[in-house]
Amino acid sequence: MASGILVFSEHDGGKIKKTAFELIAKAVSLNMGPVSAVVVGAADTSALGSYGATTVYTVSGDAFSSYTTGTYTKALAAVIAKADPAVVLGAASNLGKDLFPRLGARLGAGVITEATELSNDGGLVAHRPVYAGKALVTAKPSGLALVTVRPNSFGAPTAGSGSAEVVAVDAGVSAADAKVNVLESKKSDASVADLTEADKIVSAGRSIKTAEQYDSIIRPLAASIGATPGASRAAVDAGYAPHSHQVGQTGKVVNPNLYVALGISGAIQHLAGMRTSKVIVAVNKDPDAPIFAHATYGLVDDLFDVAPLLQKEFEAL
Amino acid sequence: MKIGVLLKQVPASDSRIKINGDQTGIVTDDIKWEINPYDEFALEAGIQLVEGKIASSLVLISLGGKDAEARIKDGIARGVKAKPEAIRLDDAAFAGSDPLGEARIIAAAIQKAGIDLLLTGKQAIDDDNAQVPAMVAELLDRPQVTFVEQLEVAGDSLTAHRVMGGGQVDVVMSPVQAVVTCDKGLNSPRFASLPGIMKAKRAKIAVWGAADLGLDAGTVGAGAAVVSEGAYRLPADRPSGKIIEGADAAAKVKELVRLLRDEAKVL
Repeated sequence: MASGILVFSEHDGGKIKKTAFELIAKAVSLNMGPVSAVVVGAADTSALGSYGATTVYTVSGDAFSSYTTGTYTKALAAVIAKADPAVVLGAASNLGKDLFPRLGARLGAGVITEATELSNDGGLVAHRPVYAGKALVTAKPSGLALVTVRPNSFGAPTAGSGSAEVVAVDAGVSAADAKVNVLESKKSDASVADLTEADKIVSAGRSIKTAEQYDSIIRPLAASIGATPGASRAAVDAGYAPHSHQVGQTGKVVNPNLYVALGISGAIQHLAGMRTSKVIVAVNKDPDAPIFAHATYGLVDDLFDVAPLLQKEFEAL
Repeated sequence: MKIGVLLKQVPASDSRIKINGDQTGIVTDDIKWEINPYDEFALEAGIQLVEGKIASSLVLISLGGKDAEARIKDGIARGVKAKPEAIRLDDAAFAGSDPLGEARIIAAAIQKAGIDLLLTGKQAIDDDNAQVPAMVAELLDRPQVTFVEQLEVAGDSLTAHRVMGGGQVDVVMSPVQAVVTCDKGLNSPRFASLPGIMKAKRAKIAVWGAADLGLDAGTVGAGAAVVSEGAYRLPADRPSGKIIEGADAAAKVKELVRLLRDEAKVL
């Protein structure tokens, strides 16, 4: 009988991502049976046990040098067959959102995307935002559930002293299972966290006025506190920031501890993308801007005056 | 080569969302509907492939009720030069399908229509599931390339730039018989032209149900769902914040940083 929770633990070049630890700790707190982890490709798995995983399944080999849907799906299907969990959790990253539905269709399992809260009500109940967070809904699986979870939903856990048994699984995966060829992996700036996983974000709206000012004012300000730069749709559509930086319903939905909005008025579709941020700072010279109704701290002033001063203060921390 | 594009009708992104009385969904009375914005990138890509004579024909497919026809006609109007066919998938047996059920319906339609390359949005902005395209690909045993921001098709293969997050973009080559999900940045979707709108008004939209698709009605609909939705609710309002006062910008900024550090403890 299926029981327990298996956490698909993503890694970045061998270093386990912090969202994996967050998910393991949450899985333990759900009290649904043993918690295990699965790692695909070569990675340092030593820390997984200290957050509560009792078994770490590893699937390794040359076929996993880059991510492909085909190889990872086969690997995970083999581990699920061996571990027989009731629930599989993973991060709601692009990788997780590519992999989990594919796996769900292969196994006939229920897939739940981007949950922000999980509870145990005689079985898993996931709470997830819909309409980019303008509403929430609960979702219940009827059998095996594959659930992606938005990073930073539960906060950083503290490591204990536990250790996990490592079980290598041979999933019989070969390069031919990929079905596609990854020709190249381009990494633009490895030092900056992805918007969806960022702990801090500094965003600008159309009032930044030019791409040059976005680059010379917003990027250094963000860098001064290790934040990821973001932008409103208006700023992206005007060409001031790349589309990958867009926060909102038709961009990234983000969940940082600190969100700084500079010159962003607060259109509904932008608010939908950042409303779950723990602390929101709004800087806008228009005191009636809708963003102030959602901000933890509001500062009515010109962003071009505030940004350099703020950067100086951040650098002095 | 035949291109398929999935179109979903969703509330416009500037819609205010209200929950209905029995908490089973949203109030749709005042909603302005539009084509899912990510599907517009898929549609534009499909139109361009036909216009560029890389593909021979375009088929627009939508799973939805009669009210979705306006969105399909919008798609036909935009793609008028590519002379798209249009199919609406509708049957009482489809009601209450979960994403896997929807994928079974769509996969059957892709097969029946003889689609080679299926283009879709990366996700729909209503339920934000991002599940159906990958499920369709699995059910058809075809490769998928998701979150694509650049796409080239040549002969029987395609090359796509897949956004992986964290600043990483993978360049992926796949056989053309695949499912590709489209992200913002892929192209700039065109608007419908007036002649396009006129033509679309007279366009015929085929309607396929479970029997047309050869689907066992027991594999789709509410009865076959492996995930069920509970109550909808609105998110809690954020506690009201404070406006920071000060003699000048410098004083306000100093106070802000103090609050972020000592009160909010996020620095």
